Amino acid sequence: MTPHILTRSLDRAATAFVLLVAAVGVLIPLSNLLLPQGSMFQVPTYLVALWGKYVCYAILALSIDLIWGYCGILSLGHGAFFALGGYAMGMYLMRQIGSRGVYGNPILPDFMVFLNWDKLPWYWYGFDKFWFAALMVLLVPGLLAFCFGWLAFRSRVTGVYLSIITQAMTYALLLAFFRNDFGFGGNNGLTDFKDILGFNVQAEGTRAALFLLSCLALIIAFLICRAIVSSKLGKVLIAVRDAESRTRFLGYRVESYKLFVFTLSACMAGVAGALYVPQVGIINPSEFAPANSIEAVIWVAVGGRGTLIGAALGAVVVNYAKTFFTSGPLAPYWLFMLGALFILVTLLLPKGIVGTFNSWWEPRRSTGIAADEASAAREDGISAAKMAE
Amino acid sequence: MNVMDTRATSAMLYLDGVHVSFDGFHAINNLSLTLAPGEMRAIIGPNGAGKTTMMDIITGKTKPDEGTVLFDGTVDLTRLDETRIAELGIGRKFQKPTVFESQTVQDNLLLALNVDHSVRGTLFWRGSKAESERIDKVLETIRLTDARNRLAGSLSHGQKQWLEIGMLLAQDPKVLLVDEPVAGMTDVETHLTAELLKEINRNHTIMVVEHDMTFVRELGVKVTCLHEGSVLAEGSIDQVSSNERVVEVYLGR
Repeated sequence: MTPHILTRSLDRAATAFVLLVAAVGVLIPLSNLLLPQGSMFQVPTYLVALWGKYVCYAILALSIDLIWGYCGILSLGHGAFFALGGYAMGMYLMRQIGSRGVYGNPILPDFMVFLNWDKLPWYWYGFDKFWFAALMVLLVPGLLAFCFGWLAFRSRVTGVYLSIITQAMTYALLLAFFRNDFGFGGNNGLTDFKDILGFNVQAEGTRAALFLLSCLALIIAFLICRAIVSSKLGKVLIAVRDAESRTRFLGYRVESYKLFVFTLSACMAGVAGALYVPQVGIINPSEFAPANSIEAVIWVAVGGRGTLIGAALGAVVVNYAKTFFTSGPLAPYWLFMLGALFILVTLLLPKGIVGTFNSWWEPRRSTGIAADEASAAREDGISAAKMAE
Repeated sequence: MNVMDTRATSAMLYLDGVHVSFDGFHAINNLSLTLAPGEMRAIIGPNGAGKTTMMDIITGKTKPDEGTVLFDGTVDLTRLDETRIAELGIGRKFQKPTVFESQTVQDNLLLALNVDHSVRGTLFWRGSKAESERIDKVLETIRLTDARNRLAGSLSHGQKQWLEIGMLLAQDPKVLLVDEPVAGMTDVETHLTAELLKEINRNHTIMVVEHDMTFVRELGVKVTCLHEGSVLAEGSIDQVSSNERVVEVYLGR
């Protein structure tokens, strides 16, 4: 990626967002590690992990906004790519446990010993190495998205039909991962992690580092998205979103464009999942639940689709609300509130928080807009006069 | 070599014995039509005569059940998809103006330019002087220079029609298929559009579908009247409009 692409993509709002995430990424871990416990500015460790989770959700939301907000592909199965990335990381963490498991088997994870398996299935090979697992975090979701997208986009499956088959995809994976003989821990998933790259996953220092890395990943994902949407490719994506067949008649291979962003977006979701798992300490099949994917779409809608910053913001705001409400007496009503939120946002704030703010702010920022409109009217007058000649 | 072959090789567009039916309805029925290089042809006919379906066939949106569709003498269009046909040099303006409403006039033209359309090409695209000069020239031709930074969605109906013609110009195809360019335009705009098409015709082959007979007369080109999916009459506007059958099915007495 050339610096040219980078400079073009950084406007003021984008720069502010990057700086904010960087500041949060540095200050929260510092306050957690350096300030004495009990100080009012000290962020407790459980909050570091919680906010780390939000940051991972923000990356997932960005990946959805890239395809939905800019290319009009409404994926209701993006949680699947997130979970696959999470499982790849979980497999690495399982193999790091080694002989410290309950059954003390140096190679086999506990659940395999429990199922009386005598050797590691072939698809678990290589996951004892971090670089291999990291590669799989990108490759597995990316490859699935590529194959799925290749079939769907080439057959011109669009709109609600595409949304439905993405739901079916994540549901199928949910059922598969629930099975014990599938080899990923079944119902219980993967958990009881001990260490990552030699550091204890429970240690404060590791949690702080994971938080910083998540913020860094959010910044990188954001910059990649910005670079894409502010390039000419971004204009083509919007063209596909607004008038797909027109774009085709201009000579663009629409399916290639869709496949490119869909695959890239799945890789981003995979990275989000991989950072999420060591911070929450578990990955199980419920991450594939169709409702999870729908929830992620709601974050983007609330924050403002097609704004990137809004997607990240929406993920944090909605999840903060979720934590707040589900830990109080209102807990049983959370899903109703989420549903109501989606309906209200669709009806009252169709552009989401950031989109609405932008349309309120833009006219105020450019004071010349009235003059522009006047000159536009004048132009019309002039061309009418010309025509009359 | 028989007569048919010679016609096929010299024509820009050559349709012969084309049939299309949708659920038993014969939209196109043994249609044969030839467009010479550099020609401008007006297509008229009542609703349901198959005018738009014919354009769908030429641009690859609809596949004919049988018949020959050749471009530039040799290329069989029935085997290619929309993107490939557009790349070969057939541009299309839709009946309803279809521009990218949430992007600026300038960006609409930029997207239409016939440059590298690959994913990598657009990702690493950098504007060039030649490109912006071409856009400037098109903007001037379609009289939208002052509106270049406005969103296409904010243009008037007539301006959108022109922008779409401008997008065709930026695409610089060999053949332009123009579906009802003056629908909903004022008389003055209609006149200007006729001028614009005549100007474009200097170095492009054009097929224009239109109901507005004043406009067709102003173009002053050969006219083909379609009816029930095949050619009813062909010739100058005076010949066609005095044809008994044409008067009966289309123009009315």
